[in-house]
Amino acid sequence: MPPTAPRTAALFVTCLVDLVDPDVGEAAVALLREAGVRVEVPGRQVCCGQPAFNAGHPDEARAVARGLLDAFEGHEAVVAPSGSCAGMVRRWFPELFDGTRDAGRARSLAARTHELTGFLVDALGADGPGGRWEGTVTYHDSCHGLRELGVGAQGRRLLASVEGLSLVEMARPDACCGFGGTFSLKLPDVAVAMADDKLEQAAATGTDAIVGGDLGCLVHLAGRAARTGRRQRVLHVATLLAEARGLLPRRAAAGRSG
Amino acid sequence: MTGAAGSSFRERAEVQLANARMRANVAVAVDQRERGRRAIFDGLDHAGLVGAAQAIRDHTLARLDRYLGEFARNAEARGTKVFFAADAAEAVGYVRDLLAARGVRLVAKSKSMVTEEIELNRGLAEFGAEVVETDLGEYLVQLAGEAPSHITAPAVHMSRGEIAALLSRRHGRRLPEDPEALTGFVRGVLRETFLAAGVGISGVNFAVAETGSFVTVTNEGNGRMVTSLPPVHVAIMGMERIVPSFRDLGLMLPMLVASSVGRPVTAYLSFVNGPRRPGEVDGPEEVHVVVLDNGRSAILRSAYRSVLRCIRCGACQNVCPVYRQVGGHGYGSVYAGPIGAVVTPLLQGRDRAGDLPFASSLCGACDEVCPVGIPLSGHLLGLRADAVRGKGLADPETAAWRAWAAAWRRPETYRLTGLVARLGQLPLARGGRISRAPFPLSRWTGGRDLPAAAGETFRARWERRLRRG
Repeated sequence: MPPTAPRTAALFVTCLVDLVDPDVGEAAVALLREAGVRVEVPGRQVCCGQPAFNAGHPDEARAVARGLLDAFEGHEAVVAPSGSCAGMVRRWFPELFDGTRDAGRARSLAARTHELTGFLVDALGADGPGGRWEGTVTYHDSCHGLRELGVGAQGRRLLASVEGLSLVEMARPDACCGFGGTFSLKLPDVAVAMADDKLEQAAATGTDAIVGGDLGCLVHLAGRAARTGRRQRVLHVATLLAEARGLLPRRAAAGRSG
Repeated sequence: MTGAAGSSFRERAEVQLANARMRANVAVAVDQRERGRRAIFDGLDHAGLVGAAQAIRDHTLARLDRYLGEFARNAEARGTKVFFAADAAEAVGYVRDLLAARGVRLVAKSKSMVTEEIELNRGLAEFGAEVVETDLGEYLVQLAGEAPSHITAPAVHMSRGEIAALLSRRHGRRLPEDPEALTGFVRGVLRETFLAAGVGISGVNFAVAETGSFVTVTNEGNGRMVTSLPPVHVAIMGMERIVPSFRDLGLMLPMLVASSVGRPVTAYLSFVNGPRRPGEVDGPEEVHVVVLDNGRSAILRSAYRSVLRCIRCGACQNVCPVYRQVGGHGYGSVYAGPIGAVVTPLLQGRDRAGDLPFASSLCGACDEVCPVGIPLSGHLLGLRADAVRGKGLADPETAAWRAWAAAWRRPETYRLTGLVARLGQLPLARGGRISRAPFPLSRWTGGRDLPAAAGETFRARWERRLRRG
């Protein structure tokens, strides 16, 4: 661990992980502890406000996002198992709060917020948890993690530490899966066509699972995979790493997100 | 909400999604261009080049009046006539008057998006003139009675077979599905047009203030025919399409060509310095430049000024995952894809194309490839917020977001919504997933399963057993 590495991390759980797939949160806690940091989960956190922000409702987004400024006040590092939620804080909070009395606090939180795989590799210098996971996977680069935070190689590097696992890249790993938050409800037919495009590329790799770092993308892809009878498992990179290390029991169900 | 074409994006998208062949054609073409673009910039300092190009555009936009004035003076000194058109009607009217004064009935035209914007062909046809598009792709969409579906590849939605069938039908003879044979056939048809046309109309890629000259970038050579064979040449340009000096073209031209076709150089760069001078053996006798405002001054004064940096390369269309699925016609506007979703409501008014900014998953691929650094996602967010504000508080969606914010601004009430979700899903969930749900979640479950809310939230699990480690 670099000498300047943070010793504690406050987990930014994200609303989707909290409500839909708590295993991702448990995996994140386990991986952070494995990497030698003390984990805290501030109880007053809720959501970054991104759904409203992207739908054109910045006032409502700000009202919800302000809760995060309070919840993570004073924490040296804030870590989310989501590139999208972390990107919302890092890339957009300074703009969202610009000109308000919270502008300074928003800039401060933005500077302290990290995506999980980026934090493990870049801030902690982790080589990966190791362990064993028999199977082949392909990696979906979630848009906001990739383009707002430069996260992509880090997840792959962590996976490379796992014995028995091999990674096969799809044709366009950085193409959007079609989730896009409320986009997936506003234009469901387009969103589903984009998911089919992604699932088709993933299937062409002949791998057992699609792995990614954002639960939004994963529930969208898993939901479409289940509906169309595809057999690839869809899972969060943190879940896979924790399974490999024996920190979480391995789930078998095809098409299940998590 | 209805869009530019009188229908909504959602309705048009449904139609286009059913067209599997169009989607396959588009995917092949845009991937080829994007691969080429990446290969060119691979190993170069893309961010640095974008920064430099953006600086030239921003410098120009901040002094647009001055550079337009300089351009007009220098162009007129070379014998070019410059006309400033406030809107589409003035621009079309100017060209119509030119045709009338010279008794011209046949016009040869090269590719120009700005003439699509002002519906020039319709305006001239109503007046009784025949306008023939001479760019191959534009010629094809004109024959098909369609609009161009891509900024730099107007017939990108058509396959080779469809093109052969279209040309065969319109020319009453069986033509083979061979690109070379088809191109040769069209070349023969168009040669007659170039020789007979009384006026040639082109667009402008860049106009140079210091010399009063302008440049067109083409791949087929038709642009040079249009600008040199007919006795009168009319060039039409958006008022932002200006650079201060020739030196700026040294960066702007390669950025345009690399970003649009994914190749390092274009086949034809045509510089027009004015009409034929005494002693010269060819070139038009008259050259006119129409400089079009049509809403651009208002954009220049707005928070969206940076969209006027756009050099119409179409790179954002090539990487847009939504454009890939619905093609250009899904947008129902002259400019499609991310740049179209931003610029169309700004040019046409929010009430006519207000739904286009929502036609994006905000993936940010467009921001990454834009050669002049336009923050397209940021502008889409801004336009969304503008659209919402315009609808007021009575809008049901706004009411729903306000209720959401009221609940999620505090952990106590947020926890209640989790409880409500777990109770509400009881009759719907089977094996951890929901296949059918009432509106608005039916929008999701129409094509996808929805994961059921977990029996215990992460936060509860944390308190119960994880906290202790």
